[in-house]
Amino acid sequence: MLRYTLLRILGAIPTLLLVIALAFLMVHAAPGGPFDDERALPADVEANIAAAYHLDEPLPQQFLRYMSGLLQGDLGPSYRYRDYTVAELIGTAFPYSLKLGALAMALALLLGVTAGTVAALRQGTALDKVVMGFSMTGISIPVFVIAPVLVLFLAVKLQWLPAGWSGTTGMSRYLLPVITLALPQIAYIARLTRASMIDVLSRDFIRTAYAQGLGTVTVVRVHALKPAMLPVLSYMGPAIAAILTGSVVVEEIFGIPGLGQFFVRGALNRDYTLVLGIVVFYASLIVFLNLLVDILYGAIDPRVRYQ
Amino acid sequence: MSLLDVQGLTIRYGDETVVDGVNLFIDRGESVGLVGESGSGKSQSALAILGLLPRQAVASGSIEFDGQQILGASDSVLNALRARRIGIVFQDPMQALNPYLRIGAQLRQIPLTHKLRDKAEVDARVVEMLASVGLPDPQRQFRAYPHELSGGMRQRVMLASALIAEPDLLIADEPTTALDVTVQAQILDLLEDMRDNTALLLITHDLGIVAGHCEHTIVLDRGRLVEQGPTTSVFAAPSHAHTRALLAAAPRVDRGDVPEAVTGSTILSVGDAVVDYRDLQAVSKVSFSVKIGETVAVVGESGSGKSSLVRAMLGLVPMASGRVVYAGSTLEGPVEDRAQSQRRDLQLVFQDPVSALNPQMRVQTLVGEPLLVHEPQLSAAARAERVAAMLERVGLSRKFLRRFPHELSGGQAQRVAIARALILGPRVLVCDEAVAALDGSVRKQVLNVLRDVQADTGLSIIFISHDLAVVRSISHRVLVMYLGRLVEMADSETLFAAPKHPYTRALLDSVPVPDPVAMPKRAPLRGEVPSPVNPPSGCVFHPRCAKADARCGSKAPALRDVERTRVACHYPNA
Repeated sequence: MLRYTLLRILGAIPTLLLVIALAFLMVHAAPGGPFDDERALPADVEANIAAAYHLDEPLPQQFLRYMSGLLQGDLGPSYRYRDYTVAELIGTAFPYSLKLGALAMALALLLGVTAGTVAALRQGTALDKVVMGFSMTGISIPVFVIAPVLVLFLAVKLQWLPAGWSGTTGMSRYLLPVITLALPQIAYIARLTRASMIDVLSRDFIRTAYAQGLGTVTVVRVHALKPAMLPVLSYMGPAIAAILTGSVVVEEIFGIPGLGQFFVRGALNRDYTLVLGIVVFYASLIVFLNLLVDILYGAIDPRVRYQ
Repeated sequence: MSLLDVQGLTIRYGDETVVDGVNLFIDRGESVGLVGESGSGKSQSALAILGLLPRQAVASGSIEFDGQQILGASDSVLNALRARRIGIVFQDPMQALNPYLRIGAQLRQIPLTHKLRDKAEVDARVVEMLASVGLPDPQRQFRAYPHELSGGMRQRVMLASALIAEPDLLIADEPTTALDVTVQAQILDLLEDMRDNTALLLITHDLGIVAGHCEHTIVLDRGRLVEQGPTTSVFAAPSHAHTRALLAAAPRVDRGDVPEAVTGSTILSVGDAVVDYRDLQAVSKVSFSVKIGETVAVVGESGSGKSSLVRAMLGLVPMASGRVVYAGSTLEGPVEDRAQSQRRDLQLVFQDPVSALNPQMRVQTLVGEPLLVHEPQLSAAARAERVAAMLERVGLSRKFLRRFPHELSGGQAQRVAIARALILGPRVLVCDEAVAALDGSVRKQVLNVLRDVQADTGLSIIFISHDLAVVRSISHRVLVMYLGRLVEMADSETLFAAPKHPYTRALLDSVPVPDPVAMPKRAPLRGEVPSPVNPPSGCVFHPRCAKADARCGSKAPALRDVERTRVACHYPNA
């Protein structure tokens, strides 16, 4: 098990390298640079700045310089947020994104699994059709459509919830962003749960459980839930990635000072180190969470052996 | 008043009637056998008694258990009866037990649900129950997952779950069909020991099991009850034609004609075959040969290496050492490296035709496909003619040509698989449990097809089977394997009349005989097949052998000829 975990972490290194290399090439391939402004700087000043940040070196050399810093745990200074290192920026922004993402994920799991299980137990009934109809809608509508519609109704018309971030405090300001981010995931998890629950409920060992006099609630809780969660667990990897990318849009719309917002600003500003730093951070996070999912998989299905 | 009183039970799925007006009674403490082939409605009846029929099923008639009507009863009424009053053991314990839950966690729900024990006492009760069904180290099994147990041990767990709430009626639905014959004997004996005053409804396709374990016998045919009565009279004087047909189709291991030994030249021989898998040896130095027109059976419990032996011979798994000689030339390497002519001469039929036949191909294509490979010059018309002729040979008319595998019954599908294997005119046919999944009457037809082809063409057959009664009826010679070793080899006449190895004797004794009067003396085998990863010292069979002494534990017996038998035992005549 420990060996497996170590091997998986080692195995992730080439993936991470490739991601960093691609991201590095892409930010540098985009036209313009971090210090371009509407008002052009004098040529000698520009050259000085470029030299100070080693931007005058050939690309491969810059890449090696970046990688050697990375190996020492140094993500470098931000080019645009002067006086801040990238690590500091991530440190201030990530807690917001983490809260947003974790709450969205928790909400998605709670509602998705519940709705899917109920639909499976009432397969073919009107309730089932309503749940599946809603979830089809949830999957089809993109986040950037859901967000304004929710804001329009829940914040502007009904005034139940704050529409934006600034000028508000407490948990209520998280509600709309979390719902927006969670909705497509709720929908997808509900569909996954329904399908896998229907499959599990048709298995022989469920018939055995009923034959032992167990009620439906006990049968689902004790016997069916664990195996039915396996496909949902497999989906957690892609779901985490979807929530992270979704949060970029949602943070921008609601004005949350999270990582997503820094990522968008960084990309627009050609803040090379900031963009790369966030890419490295997110990629490592996704690799780590996927590993966690795989280990949990083994905890649910005892027949899985790690080698 | 009967404990269970079923009147006019009818079960329909749409327009299809699977159970049609069945009446049956079970008194307290009585044992009743419900016999029938697949599709006779026997399992459906059992599910109806527990109120477990799927939603699409429409049941009518009456099922009264101890005065309580079950048909149409509410969930709470049914849940109170299930396990507490009526326990059930299903066929395949791997499927019937939850693979994701520890055994203790599954079993403790039953006393808790029925409020027989509180949380503090329930685990002790489960462990006690696991011990009483003969599970070694019950504390450990309590924490084990089902896949960590052998099939026999899993079925013991299933029995423990059915009896833990001390029901008045135990339903056992094909409880031993998925098990080896020696383990079957153990489980059936355990069932007898454990049930005490619990009434038993034993559902099976095997007349031998009913003959040995039930006072009363009921015969179902396509949903209808065709015969019932005391077991002795049903077997002695069956009144219905279907019962007589069932009895006629049930081969007996203790009597009946045995094919005479074949004389002639050897077509295939295997010498000192060894098959190694990662950390175990599946086959250890096994040698045998097959003559032209001869059927050689390979028998043994699961894990005996019988399938590995023939697969290595065919080049389907690598042979670590040893040689295969076919018609004077050596067969080497994996099957894809062998010459086309050698490949066409050796063909294979698997146990489950439904998974062996491509579901997307019609029978015509399936049976004709080998011709495309081996006789590509054949015109489409000529090929179609060959396919039709081959189908006729296995007893299927032209109307089957356009069918897909799912449109065939099990017996028809197996005949298609045999036709596909035989269309190239092979010299040796390997049947790996090829009739194990078939009903008695269908099995008889398929065996007749094989016999006929053999008589006409001199086909040699290697017949892998765990069913010694079938083996007796078809094979000229028998190899008995245990833990990868050949322990006994003799012509059928000799082997069935005078088995020399204690393992062979135990196997023969374990086969249920469909005759309540002529039940053989039972010497059921203790324990289960040990792990091949760590085989016992000396004679690998000694831990389960009643006759073993110190010598057996230290020195492995060599194969030697005793009279007309080749046997690996220190005391072959003991």
